[in-house]
Amino acid sequence: MFRNHVLICGGTGCTSGDSPKIRELFEKKIKEAGLENDVKVIMTGCFGLCACGPVVVVYPEGSFYSQIKPENVDEIVNEHIIKGRIVSHLLYKDPEIKAQETVTSLNETNFYKKQSRVVLRNCGVIDPENIDEYIAYDGYQALYKVLTEYDPQQVIDIIKQSGLRGRGGAGFPTGLKWQFAKNAVGDIKYVCCNADEGDPGAFMDRSVLEGDPHTVIEAMAIAAYAIGSKQGYVYVRAEYPIAVNRLSIAINQAKEYGLLGNNIFGTDFSFDLEIRLGSGAFVCGEETALMTSIEGNRGEPRPRPPFPANKGLFGKPTILNNVETYANIPQIILKGPEWFASIGTEKSKGTKVFALGGKITNTGLVEIPMGTTLRTIVEEIGGGIPGGKKFKAAQTGGPSGGCIPAEHLDIPIDYENLIAIGSMMGSGGLIVMDEDNCMVDIAKFFLEFTQDESCGKCTPCRIGTKRLLEYLEKIIEGRATLKDIDDMEKLCYYIKDNALCGLGQTAPNPVLSTLRYFRDEYIAHVTQKKCPAGVCKSLLTYKITDACKGCTLCARQCPVGAISGKVKEKHVIDTDKCTKCGVCMSVCKFKAVIKE
Amino acid sequence: MSKIKLTKVPFKGTAEQEAQLMEKLAVCKNMKGGLMPALQSAQEIYGYLPIEVQRIIAKEMGVSLEEVFGVATFYSQFTLNPQGKYQISICMGTACYVKGAGELVDKCKEILKIDAGECTEDGKFSLVATRCIGCCGLAPVATINEHVYGKLAVSQIPDILKNYQ
Repeated sequence: MFRNHVLICGGTGCTSGDSPKIRELFEKKIKEAGLENDVKVIMTGCFGLCACGPVVVVYPEGSFYSQIKPENVDEIVNEHIIKGRIVSHLLYKDPEIKAQETVTSLNETNFYKKQSRVVLRNCGVIDPENIDEYIAYDGYQALYKVLTEYDPQQVIDIIKQSGLRGRGGAGFPTGLKWQFAKNAVGDIKYVCCNADEGDPGAFMDRSVLEGDPHTVIEAMAIAAYAIGSKQGYVYVRAEYPIAVNRLSIAINQAKEYGLLGNNIFGTDFSFDLEIRLGSGAFVCGEETALMTSIEGNRGEPRPRPPFPANKGLFGKPTILNNVETYANIPQIILKGPEWFASIGTEKSKGTKVFALGGKITNTGLVEIPMGTTLRTIVEEIGGGIPGGKKFKAAQTGGPSGGCIPAEHLDIPIDYENLIAIGSMMGSGGLIVMDEDNCMVDIAKFFLEFTQDESCGKCTPCRIGTKRLLEYLEKIIEGRATLKDIDDMEKLCYYIKDNALCGLGQTAPNPVLSTLRYFRDEYIAHVTQKKCPAGVCKSLLTYKITDACKGCTLCARQCPVGAISGKVKEKHVIDTDKCTKCGVCMSVCKFKAVIKE
Repeated sequence: MSKIKLTKVPFKGTAEQEAQLMEKLAVCKNMKGGLMPALQSAQEIYGYLPIEVQRIIAKEMGVSLEEVFGVATFYSQFTLNPQGKYQISICMGTACYVKGAGELVDKCKEILKIDAGECTEDGKFSLVATRCIGCCGLAPVATINEHVYGKLAVSQIPDILKNYQ
């Protein structure tokens, strides 16, 4: 028995903050104190609160230490572990709880209080590189139950009853997908997992693979049993080295324990799993493109039907679900479909993980029941916008989604509601923007992305997105007319109706949703040649106000010599020479330089 | 997909590297859909995918060079150009972008006098604006080889680069 457990976050965020070194130091110091048999140090998956990383939690107290540096380790070991005194100045400080200076336990914080962790239940709890810890938390029990108590149809019925829908994008009912693949005729069938999390700003799939890889393996085995498959593939982004490594370890451990391979649990069910690495192509998140890529080709999508359930990988019936969808499956089997269906809204059951990012205090991963409002996520869990700035919009669904303005903050989040307000759930990236972000610039950012990632197979996407981007560049540079805005909008609908795959059909969404809610911003760029947020460089002019004390600092720093003026007199910027680099504004000590 | 720029740097593969490649190709040959893993291994061995290496892969895998080239140019992780000793990757994911990653790229371009996707003449630095690396909590983020720099400000860039000079 250990008297203390020290949990150190080993997610990608905290790892970049030196958490492996922190772990080493803890192990060293604890050994020096002769406590290696009393205190256990564990590297876990992501805790979610990446903004406060690296995170260290000491049990049994549950003391939540944040932003720990290697030099803090000594103090935590000496004070907390040896003497039993919690090091309060290193504890996480919840800005909302003012009465007490610090909080000790995770669940007391505003960040965790409103969350409900189903998918992330083991992240930040277990050691992902140790199968025994997963098993101790009911791991592989769902697979055992399925193999010994249910026939394949019963498994599919349970998933159908739970109301689980695909977490990767459009929200197709998972049970139905499995049913199609089960009904498909064929001796060889495949089970695939989409871990090609290409949506910039979303990292929940990576966190599940890093923090709880066995849950995905178990769920894929359950799916294989349900549809009659013997072979599975996990398609992971090569950009996620830690996730790939932990998943390989997990697969090897599962094979050693006989939980993958032949005759699992002594039944006649056999299942094997292989990892395939993506190589950086956004379109490979589309199901047909992903399968073409596993086959070793250029990852181009193909028309549907035939759907993958009938003709998928290597021409065989295939199901493809994403990591987050799979992570729900073992819990649904163990706790029952009624339990799952009791969470969420009428048509969207269960929870959804969002990756909070952008202009928000608590960046990180949050898991909320479907139906939670955006306001709760942004203001309560996310801790609001830093620097006292005003909320402008939240972007969901990545390059396929749209922006949600302040007027819709109180809409309960589910698949249908997000579509109705012109966005989509997507994989769950949630980027918050404040008054300093220009919505035309954001639309252009996403279009640059989709245009670059367009595979080129179909004309509406290949040429359409290029033309869309050109319209946006014209607007941003102040060369556009109002007619251009109308033409651009028409082109958006044309692409939506005609593109081959999901990437192309949704590519205009960022433009359409910003046009819907921020049309006046587009018009300001066109008619007044102004960028209201002060982002678009071509439309900006820098000016020096009367607050100038004539310190000459800006004139000396200006790289092109565009600023003139005498000592102790107001300076002037020559707008013809000015390259709008912004150096003057950043060096001025009197806030005398403004941009308009 | 981005424009294809072919390298003018002469190929300097060693016999040892080729032996390593052959070993990997022997495995990939018998794999269903083995071309991607073959290219991934080759890039690990050589650091990039020069046409000479693609030729070997085509021959060993029994596919045409066109097919190998087609796959190698489709995916952004594959590079036909040699990379610098220090690879600077600046994340251009949404979270990083709204926090000013574009300015970080501009600053690096200005200091190194290269464009994104290029390598400095001395072979020291190469610069890429990369896809989301999933460290959104630390935005804006850059990596130099394996090292991750989080919550970066433009003003830190000159000092960071100096450390590698």
